Amino acid sequence: MNERDDLVLDVRDVRTTFLTPRGPVRAVDGVSMSLRAGETLGIVGESGSGKSVLGRTVMGLVSNSPTTTITGECRIAGLDVHALKPKDRRKLWGPEVAMVFQDPMTSLNPVKRVGTHLTEALRLHLGVSRKEADERAVDLLRQVFIPEPVRRMKQYPHELSGGMRQRVVIAMALACDPKLLIADEPTTALDVTVQKQILDLLATLAADRNMATILISHDLGAVEGRTDRVAVMYAGRTVETSQTSRVFNAPVHPYAEALLASIPRIDDAPHTVLRAIDGSPPNMLNPPEGCRFAPRCRFAVDRCHQESPELRELADGTADTHLGACHFPLLPARQEVS
Amino acid sequence: MRRISLRIGELIAVLFVVSFGVFAMVTLMPGDPAVAILGEGHPPQDYENLRQELGLNDGLLHRYWDWLSGAVTGDLGTSLVPPQTDVTERILGALPVSVELAVLGLVIALVLAIPLAMWSAAHAGGAIDRMISATMFATLSVPSFLAGLLLIMIFANGLGWFPRAQWVRISEDIPGNLHHALLPAIVIAMMELALFTRILRNDLIVTLNEDYILAARAKGMPPWRIMVTDALRPSSFSLVTLMGISLGRLIGSTVIVEYLFALPGMGSMIVTSANQGDYPLVQGAVLIVALVYVVVNAGIDLSYGYLDPRTRRVHA
Amino acid sequence: MPSDKFRADRAKRTRTLTLGAVMLVAGAVLAGFGWSTPSLVLAGKAVLFLVGLTLVFQGVSRLVIGIRGKRIDLLFTLAVIWLIGLITVAVLAPVLPLGEHNDVAKTLLEPTNMSPQLLTDHPLGTNNQGLDMLSRSIHGARTSLAISLLAVTIGTVVGGCIGVIAGYYRKGVDSVVGIFTNALLAVPPLILLIALSTFLEPSLRNMALALSLLTIPSMVRLARANTIAFAQREFVMAARLMGATRLRVMARELVPNVILPVFSMAVVMISALIVAEASLSFLGLGIQQPDPTWGNMVAEGEGGAMEDFPHIVLVPGAFLFLTVFAFNLLGEKAQQRWDTRSAKL
Repeated sequence: MNERDDLVLDVRDVRTTFLTPRGPVRAVDGVSMSLRAGETLGIVGESGSGKSVLGRTVMGLVSNSPTTTITGECRIAGLDVHALKPKDRRKLWGPEVAMVFQDPMTSLNPVKRVGTHLTEALRLHLGVSRKEADERAVDLLRQVFIPEPVRRMKQYPHELSGGMRQRVVIAMALACDPKLLIADEPTTALDVTVQKQILDLLATLAADRNMATILISHDLGAVEGRTDRVAVMYAGRTVETSQTSRVFNAPVHPYAEALLASIPRIDDAPHTVLRAIDGSPPNMLNPPEGCRFAPRCRFAVDRCHQESPELRELADGTADTHLGACHFPLLPARQEVS
Repeated sequence: MRRISLRIGELIAVLFVVSFGVFAMVTLMPGDPAVAILGEGHPPQDYENLRQELGLNDGLLHRYWDWLSGAVTGDLGTSLVPPQTDVTERILGALPVSVELAVLGLVIALVLAIPLAMWSAAHAGGAIDRMISATMFATLSVPSFLAGLLLIMIFANGLGWFPRAQWVRISEDIPGNLHHALLPAIVIAMMELALFTRILRNDLIVTLNEDYILAARAKGMPPWRIMVTDALRPSSFSLVTLMGISLGRLIGSTVIVEYLFALPGMGSMIVTSANQGDYPLVQGAVLIVALVYVVVNAGIDLSYGYLDPRTRRVHA
Repeated sequence: MPSDKFRADRAKRTRTLTLGAVMLVAGAVLAGFGWSTPSLVLAGKAVLFLVGLTLVFQGVSRLVIGIRGKRIDLLFTLAVIWLIGLITVAVLAPVLPLGEHNDVAKTLLEPTNMSPQLLTDHPLGTNNQGLDMLSRSIHGARTSLAISLLAVTIGTVVGGCIGVIAGYYRKGVDSVVGIFTNALLAVPPLILLIALSTFLEPSLRNMALALSLLTIPSMVRLARANTIAFAQREFVMAARLMGATRLRVMARELVPNVILPVFSMAVVMISALIVAEASLSFLGLGIQQPDPTWGNMVAEGEGGAMEDFPHIVLVPGAFLFLTVFAFNLLGEKAQQRWDTRSAKL
């Protein structure tokens, strides 16, 4: 049996280019990844690293148009999303793959009741009767731990708090039992105390349903401990990916290392200077030749500015896959990787 | 509740000002109403008697109060020009014509504007969108009397599809009525169509950029359904406001069209009576027109509560 | 590769130029045919002419792209050219060698109801009293523009001041102003004009005053809304704290900010006023014959004249349309720049 067949998500070398008035922007520039059922992958990076665009491209929400070009393969449950006709692609959204968006304030239609948001999807994809759709919707609200679900069904989004709204959005995403859930910064717009609740909820639901999840965030703390694997993105490319614990404990790419080092810790001594990363992300209209992180990397040498490093297996002496895109990865024995 | 009573208070104040303004203005009209009624050549005493009778020698406020108290009970006075019919009666006869024209025009405009706007917004920036926008912009720039004349030239006289003048009461003959009303209604619709399409299109484009539209797409809903169920309703607020303003305004502004097509509506009645110096008719008609406008606008305000659930309750 | 890009661009440019030229010629032919052929129904001629014009327009637009390499806003440029040209000619009218525009006694020997013949004494034809249409159109422009510009200036100044005062002082003043504004708005504009026309002599000055009444309420509302928005900002408070009197605050802090959106609306209103004046004159209640204004020129076509001599209606109609269109375009651009909140309306 082909190993690729049990992959819920199989992305190969996807590139997304937007045509802007000032020129083409390659928001995603050659990313590959894969997920099995029940796995959780975290995608981290700064704003502008391309992680949101990646999420939407993978799902097909961003697709080929006069101003957008997508190359590479994005297979969900075996089907190449971008090779499908729009009508067929829409059929995937809901039953196979679903997305949870960042801002619950604006993800829900203010003039529609909460219940309608859920029953719409149910009736559209599963063709159930109105009564059954209502029942299922109430059940969904219960699964996301919304108290008094029957009452909430009739309310409007503005009558709910931010955390509850996000739960509704999650319920909406799960309505048709997707195999893959893409959560794009699901907690960024929420209070810190609520963030933990939502992330825990996502983890529980994913485990219960054996659902593959992609968690996109710029918040490393959100990703640590809740994901099996993590991919670090910079300037449209993956620079490091491996098991989460490995990346967090022993990052190999200078960017990943710098990112982790920049997080202030509660046990730091008072007046510790924040270790910010100098410089800013490159202009994606005109990315630098060579390694894109080189202008900001404290280890950069000439080769880094001239030759762009490939994402490849790093022989760091362990059994699991660890990919990094650096000429001089921070391995215990620092050697040039040729 | 307090909001509503405040609004009503405002309404009444506005009506007072309008009615007083019209009343005062009419008294500035040149010429002597007594002369207008009796005609020239009578002995001065006759005119004086008539003036006494009509109460024209009383103070301005006194006369205003008399008129207003009559108006509230439904008596707007008597027309000065023979046949001296009751003003209220004349108005009740002319009002339905104007109302029908205005409503018909608005309905035509709305029915055409909604699909045009939806199509434009869905293909924003495309060739068809630009063409529609350009046409609408051009239509806005054509004055209604010109448009009316041209349409008459082409359709009524040239092709003979529609009659030029006269009117058939809706109570008598519905198809005949519609036949006469259609061309004038189209003239009215043209201007409103351009306005509605532009505003609805712009509003739709803004709404379509909202996150919940993206979320709806991500749920797998087909684009036309998203347009109708998700985008149309939030976008309709400005359209509803505009419709209200249009409706109130049109009742009187059907003047041009009524004049062109020789239709017995409020507008042409006001024009003729103004020319004849028939001030009770002018006063009463303008009051009614203003009343309609103000009431319709209040209705629009209240309907917001239904359309946008966010405004339904008093904000905490 | 850079050279590929250039080559591809060149090919594209040649294609654009050719297409532009073809459209231009085809459009001109269609338009000319539509204009001059006697054989079709008026509707058919109008369609041909309009389609031809559109093609010419698209053709010129493409030619410009091909030659210059960048796209320009052709419509806007044409609008500005038209307005500048019209205003110049209108201002200079008394000294220009135009035909007779209002003295009927002088045209007893001129042909009446002559169709437009571009290279004769009467390039746009004459009306049923032998008066030259071109001259009348230009003098009509003089009158219409003068009235509208005067009215909009009065309305802007008066309405703007009242609006700023109402917006800054709020409370009682604001309520009273609000009630009067709503009262003025409650009467449909044309009805108001008609009512006013019954006791005002239709002179240029009176018409300007009456029309200014139409602009005042909208200006008050706009100025008031903008004043309220600006008055909440810190620089106003800072001025007060430095000891500025309220008058000074209004004049030096608020007015300069409010002026831009008010000005944009003024441009938009000019076209509305031109239409209002024309409508009034059309009804016979505005400027009286034989003094020409576009409105009463169109009215000459009533009663059957327009079937036989369509130019009587079409010539002033075209002037009216083009001018209103140009002002509308200008106003919209102004609003996009300076008053984005009302720009959609």
